[in-house]
Amino acid sequence: MAPTSRTILICSGKGGVGKTTLTANLGIALARLGLRTVVLDADFGLRNLDLLLGLENRIVFTAQEVLAESCRLEQALVKHKQEPNLALLPAGNPRMLEWLKPEDMKTIAGMLEEQFDYVLIDCPAGIEDGFKNAVAAAKEAIVITTPEVSAVRDADRVIGLLNTHGVKPVQLVLNRVRPKMMANQEMLAVDDVTDILALPLLGLVLEDEQVIVSTNRGEPLTLNGSKSPAARAYGNVARRLQGEEVALIDPSKEGRGLRAKVRRLMQKKIF
Amino acid sequence: MTLRDILDKLLRRQPASANTARERLQLVLAHDRSDLSPELLDQMRREIFEVVARYVEIDLDEGDVSLETEDRVTALVANLPIRRPLAVASGATGDE
Ligand SMILES: Nc1ncnc2c1ncn2[C@@H]1O[C@H](COP(=O)(O)OP(=O)(O)OP(=O)(O)O)[C@@H](O)[C@H]1O
Ligand SMILES: [Mg+2]
Repeated sequence: MAPTSRTILICSGKGGVGKTTLTANLGIALARLGLRTVVLDADFGLRNLDLLLGLENRIVFTAQEVLAESCRLEQALVKHKQEPNLALLPAGNPRMLEWLKPEDMKTIAGMLEEQFDYVLIDCPAGIEDGFKNAVAAAKEAIVITTPEVSAVRDADRVIGLLNTHGVKPVQLVLNRVRPKMMANQEMLAVDDVTDILALPLLGLVLEDEQVIVSTNRGEPLTLNGSKSPAARAYGNVARRLQGEEVALIDPSKEGRGLRAKVRRLMQKKIF
Repeated sequence: MTLRDILDKLLRRQPASANTARERLQLVLAHDRSDLSPELLDQMRREIFEVVARYVEIDLDEGDVSLETEDRVTALVANLPIRRPLAVASGATGDE
């Protein structure tokens, strides 16, 4: 095993809150820091990680053939052209779900841990078999949620399950934050979410149109040194994982105009 | 209390939805985490009242048994104002 290898599950409970986007961007960001990183698509039902990384046409073998020992791990790993420190282990076909066991995921992760500093597992939504398989391989986890009641509630369920599986540490990424809505108190505040879930905040990603643009192209935002807010946020998550202290942005302090000032005044606790 | 809260009250506006969201979440998570449905909690509340009422006279309108949650720890909190001790209660112990 690489002496410092870290296997991190990226999960949410609720679907569509940004797991795969985070996995792709964080994978690239860690690789750019010089760390050997592999992203493992554990969403066998609806795989997408290949698409977000722009690697969909380069897949020959998958985790399925590796487990069946019909190919070597090296043959299945897809190396990213521009960022050779990053590799993808693609998910096999959906029928894999019928026979895949938690032990199998452990086997795969074990193989990857021998060669990589970071193993990021893109978890499927939900808390059924797909989640149970993925969590078996995880040592630590990042729970991602949006500041919405349903997403936070589902995140709470997942955190409870991570605790029972002994996954530690578990950290939080809050995604799709809209500073204006937060300032107007029409969106759960950052503190509300971290207090309720009682997790340390690893990152805060603003709602950012560039995320969609980058998905269209199959080029994660962190790949080309984009200065967009989400790109910076993903980069900061990578640095914090590496133990660097990077200040979090304060969404309620976004904006300098008079409007923003009035908004802040209105929120100040007076008694 | 913030300026905004005061204005909301004065103008009889709905409070900002973030507050509502937080309160609703706290309630639903207390139930999720304890695996107690509102119906079960209700039943438990009635039974607790019954037991306590055998010993002291409690104010049912003011009394409350609810789930509260903080830092992922959920507690059952009972707040049962006592009107006065029941006369029978002291006799019930029977060792005077
Ligand atoms: N910060 C953001 N700003 C804007 N759009 C975002 C942001 N994060 C994610 N999205 C968009 O949200 C959608 C869902 O993202 P993604 O596929 O990463 O979620 P997921 O949790 O992996 O979903 P699933 O549960 O289906 O696997 C995508 O269309 C993505 O572009
Ligand atoms: Mg996904």
